[in-house]
Amino acid sequence: MLRKIGFYCGIGFLTLFSIVPLLWALVTVFKRDSDMYSVGTVPFFYNEPPTLDHLIFLFTESNFGLFVQNSAIVGIFVVLITMVLSIPAAFSLARLTGSWGERSGMAIFLVYLIPPSLLFIPMYQIVVWLGVANTIWSLVIVLPTITVPFCTWLLLGFFRSVPRSLDEAAMLDGCGQFTTFYRVLLPQVWPGIGACAVFAFSLSLGNYIYAATFITRSAARTISAGVPTELIRGDVFFWPELMAATLVVAIPLAVVYGLFFNYLVGGFRNAT
Amino acid sequence: MSTQQHSGVPQPRGRMGRLSAWLDQPKVLAWLMLGPAVLYVIAFVGFPFLLAIALSMSDATIGDPSLDKFVGLANFSAVMQTDAFQLALRNSLIVTAGTLALVLVLATLASELLVHSFRGKRLFQMIFILPWALPVSLTAIVWMWFLDSTFSPVDWVLVQLNLLGPGSVWGPFNHLYFLGREWLGLASVIVTDTWRMLPLATIIVLAGRMSIPEERFEQARIDGAGVFRILFRITLPALKPMLIVAILFTGLLVIGEMSLVQLLTRGGPGHSTQVLPYWAYLKGIQGGSLAQGAAITLFLFPFLLVASVLALRAAYRSQEA
Amino acid sequence: MTVLTLRALEKHYGSIKAVDHVDLQLESGEFMAILGPSGSGKSTLMRMVAGLESPTAGDILVDGQSVVNVPPQHRNVAMVFQSFALYPHMTVRDNILFPLVSRKVPKHEHEARLNKATSMLGVEDLLDRRPNRLSGGQQQRVALARALVRDPDLFVFDEPLSALDAQIRSRARAELRELHDQTRITTLYVTHDQVEAMGLADRVAVINEGRLHQVGTPQELYNDPADLFVAGFIGNPPMNLIPINETTVAGIRPEDMLVDPEGDVSNVFIDLAVTIEHIEYLGSEWLAHGQAQSDADTHGQELHVIARLPASSHPDFVSGQKCRMVGQRKDVCLFDRASGKRQARAEVPA
Repeated sequence: MLRKIGFYCGIGFLTLFSIVPLLWALVTVFKRDSDMYSVGTVPFFYNEPPTLDHLIFLFTESNFGLFVQNSAIVGIFVVLITMVLSIPAAFSLARLTGSWGERSGMAIFLVYLIPPSLLFIPMYQIVVWLGVANTIWSLVIVLPTITVPFCTWLLLGFFRSVPRSLDEAAMLDGCGQFTTFYRVLLPQVWPGIGACAVFAFSLSLGNYIYAATFITRSAARTISAGVPTELIRGDVFFWPELMAATLVVAIPLAVVYGLFFNYLVGGFRNAT
Repeated sequence: MSTQQHSGVPQPRGRMGRLSAWLDQPKVLAWLMLGPAVLYVIAFVGFPFLLAIALSMSDATIGDPSLDKFVGLANFSAVMQTDAFQLALRNSLIVTAGTLALVLVLATLASELLVHSFRGKRLFQMIFILPWALPVSLTAIVWMWFLDSTFSPVDWVLVQLNLLGPGSVWGPFNHLYFLGREWLGLASVIVTDTWRMLPLATIIVLAGRMSIPEERFEQARIDGAGVFRILFRITLPALKPMLIVAILFTGLLVIGEMSLVQLLTRGGPGHSTQVLPYWAYLKGIQGGSLAQGAAITLFLFPFLLVASVLALRAAYRSQEA
Repeated sequence: MTVLTLRALEKHYGSIKAVDHVDLQLESGEFMAILGPSGSGKSTLMRMVAGLESPTAGDILVDGQSVVNVPPQHRNVAMVFQSFALYPHMTVRDNILFPLVSRKVPKHEHEARLNKATSMLGVEDLLDRRPNRLSGGQQQRVALARALVRDPDLFVFDEPLSALDAQIRSRARAELRELHDQTRITTLYVTHDQVEAMGLADRVAVINEGRLHQVGTPQELYNDPADLFVAGFIGNPPMNLIPINETTVAGIRPEDMLVDPEGDVSNVFIDLAVTIEHIEYLGSEWLAHGQAQSDADTHGQELHVIARLPASSHPDFVSGQKCRMVGQRKDVCLFDRASGKRQARAEVPA
């Protein structure tokens, strides 16, 4: 009994910790300015009738729609590039390169150790040299530096978790190395690839340092750098719009991530 | 029963056949499949990394980005002598260490809960992972509003509980000004970092937790071990490799992130909540001194490298043991 | 019909010799079991035949042609794995057809071959299921059908029965032998279970630490073990091995041990005073476990001996009871103590 109470207390605490700031955000989205900025009222209630004005403003009067579109384009391209590079690399390390491929997990980690905060200054120069500064393509080119090592590492774990007897059976059944890869191994790791795609998308979406450094033109910005710069004008904060932007991004993604939760856990379980 | 002679796949014939057979050899195919990723990483991680080193030893600015003048370690010594740098270094370490401590405790707790099945687990997973679905900058904005100097609901609740306000413990003002003070500002950054890193850390720790066979806990219970003895003698030692992986992921993501501080406190008041990556951004991009910015970002690298290699080796060793 | 020849085959992993100079010939249509304890190198041997490992030295010949440099997909060897290795993402039908599709066998042949293989194994009703919906026995049959569908030159089995429940194992064993009698495909069957090896195979090759110890019919292995390892490995319980002097060890099967024989026994070769430790009742027989008293017979060492008694004998031993165990000359095999090799009968000291 005591265990049960403790268990649900823990669940309750973590739920509140995760959701309270966002509930506060949700309440704010529909508040009228005068209600929001009134002192002495209960801040959690609607003391004046709720309004959709801020949501409408966000989508019609600001560049938020463009930011979402840019983020989606960048995200999709980054995921595609990441998959094209890391799926074959992970297979190669898991099955073809022999003993040093088995130990490569650590080396991949070292690449991950060189974080954006260390690279953004020279990266800015490279982006200028390539002539893609101030466009979303700068992010498409550069963001896979974060996702490729990471996804290769995760996928390596998924490939390793497939029993080798499956490859061997395929080879005896007449498949070459490459056919074994795409006819037999690839179908086993689809859930893992899904989890990696989700992971890569979220890393691409969340990156701020490159997005803020490479792009200064409002229409080319992504959500992570665009929302703060567009909806914070000096000392004026468009709070309900900011909160709306946050929730519009967070809720659908949380549903997707929640569905992939167990695969993500599985990915880390295999990877280490 | 077989009338055919060796009905295996016919050996490849023709130029294309021989080419594809050659490409299909494990050693050739290994490089063919690994090559693109390796080349990409060399071009866009290795090269910029070397460029960062070159920049940090030059006098390059945004106006004159050429690497024509070698100044040795002058940028490092110039940067290190400023108060801002020393504060930023201190704060980066405090924020990272504080976040790691909180995240590890909470992630261990969360993994202990999530390893069991319960009603509404799917929904809980979605709520729990919400913070991670946000781009960091939006996380910062949510917490900015949550901890606002005038309208923070936290302040309001504390006032209602008579913990804040005239004549109370933390009075006399009605507001704590979380983001406007040195230590409360740092604490706010730590809590926000914990909030955003907890889902990822939990996923990692949970992966380790699920690999512990249930029999081990049953055996411990039969042997009369209580909750805490099981936690410290069974669970934590078995979790050690994954805890190290969680520390690495969390630590690297926290120490390299600038947008939280940039938005929450802008490094202020003064430089009292400054952190290294934001200071590098201010110096290198906004201030235009690419060379000094690069020197600031590079400063931590050797320490991170040594710490990570040691941690990874410890993780691998305790896993093999 | 295929003849498989292994010539001086070696496989080294660093300084470890997993397979050490193995010469072996499988005649056309023969069912040969490779029997050895775990780590004996039997799996490595089999994997080299399949092409999954390449030998360090030596040669593998199929019908007189070397296949050492032929990759597995170009050898026509079918293998049944211990885990069955069915493709989880394909239906049973696609699993069985996979070797034909990969080998680009013309499409119009598929249906006929599929029908033949599935009817032979009785899996016609499972074709649209996924492997994870099958029982262990069904998975095994599907794996066999997949191996059979392409008329392989050679069949290679890697402990295919060890993943099955004990109740269905003996039936599966009988079916495997029937299948072989129908197809007469040359078969290499790897196992650590001597009941499987002895019960299934035409000939058994006993391997330990990478070396072949004896190749022969089950009867030869049981009656004429070539060395101490085979003597101590084959049979359950195996031979009693009794040192009789500095150079010689005598081996005698438990069922040949006479306990407290009445009257005169001719040609007595072993005569032990034994303290009974315990008696095991196995339904069809009794096993009497005893400790030979340390005297000249055992050269001061403690010696565990087992005698097998028919169920009808109703022995009334109790623990600690003393008795006499006797072995006759005709039932004894002699081994050289240093080399472990069998001694010719002529060398027996009187």
